[in-house]
Amino acid sequence: MKATILVRPKEGILDPQGQAVESALRHLGFSIAGARIGRVVDLDFEADDPAEAQLQLERMCEQLLANTLIESYEIDLETA
Amino acid sequence: MIELRPQIAVVVFPGSNDDHDATWALGALGAEPVLVWHAEPQLPAVSGVVLPGGFSYGDYLRCGALARFAPAMAAVADFAAEGGLVLGICNGFQILCEAGLLPGVLRPNNSLRFLCRDVVVRVERTDTPFTRRCEPHQRLTIPIKHGEGCWFADEALLSELVDLDQIVLCYDGDNPNGSVHDVAGVCNPEGNVLGLMPHPEHAVDPLLGSGDGALILASLVDAARERVLAGV
Repeated sequence: MKATILVRPKEGILDPQGQAVESALRHLGFSIAGARIGRVVDLDFEADDPAEAQLQLERMCEQLLANTLIESYEIDLETA
Repeated sequence: MIELRPQIAVVVFPGSNDDHDATWALGALGAEPVLVWHAEPQLPAVSGVVLPGGFSYGDYLRCGALARFAPAMAAVADFAAEGGLVLGICNGFQILCEAGLLPGVLRPNNSLRFLCRDVVVRVERTDTPFTRRCEPHQRLTIPIKHGEGCWFADEALLSELVDLDQIVLCYDGDNPNGSVHDVAGVCNPEGNVLGLMPHPEHAVDPLLGSGDGALILASLVDAARERVLAGV
């Protein structure tokens, strides 16, 4: 099974990387109202049951992939 | 009378780079430092533990996020749970936060720049094993060198920490990284685990600019010695 995890800075959390990129895009002439920088984790793993896989992925996010004090995560599980 | 030299472990992770400075400083201040490799599942019989600065595991994913799974960290968590003294400096602070032994998290500096310079921190508590040699609200000049030292806690967590008196060190006047409440160092509710971004081990000799860091490390050595003498 394959899954893609998106980790983002939580809303309201200052994101200096996003701000720097926003300002650089403005310098290039793009009209930008906001930029936030997160992280993508592509996972390839063995699992039979999608529901079980989803639970496992949530535990991976909670225990390691995201620091939930400052980051939110989104799991996209490819079941096909 | 020869003073007892308490053993203090300095945990070495792949990518630690202040382990030998910490070792030297602890030795100069009357301890017997013991380097402990991160893969060791047990700590030797020590009275204190220092998690040194550096870039453990290349700072991959998030600073300190991977180091907390090192076998030695399970031993450090047990040691802390039994009241053992644990000091995390810079990357060591990041590791303690990621491991849940200290509250909050260290984020990239607001400036996004790596900062390497002296800062002034104010001692908010002098009743911890790490600050007992300091005067109340004493200003200490100690260097920082970090890219991710912006300590963060949300409002609810911060007010809880203020109520429980867990803020031990604050930047005085000039906050270099944008940390919430100007926090430079926090402890756990019991007060036996402290993390701080400034590097006391780089400020133990006035010849190198400041000797103020010695107050923190010598406090730890004193407290560790007392634990040996008390048989804990």
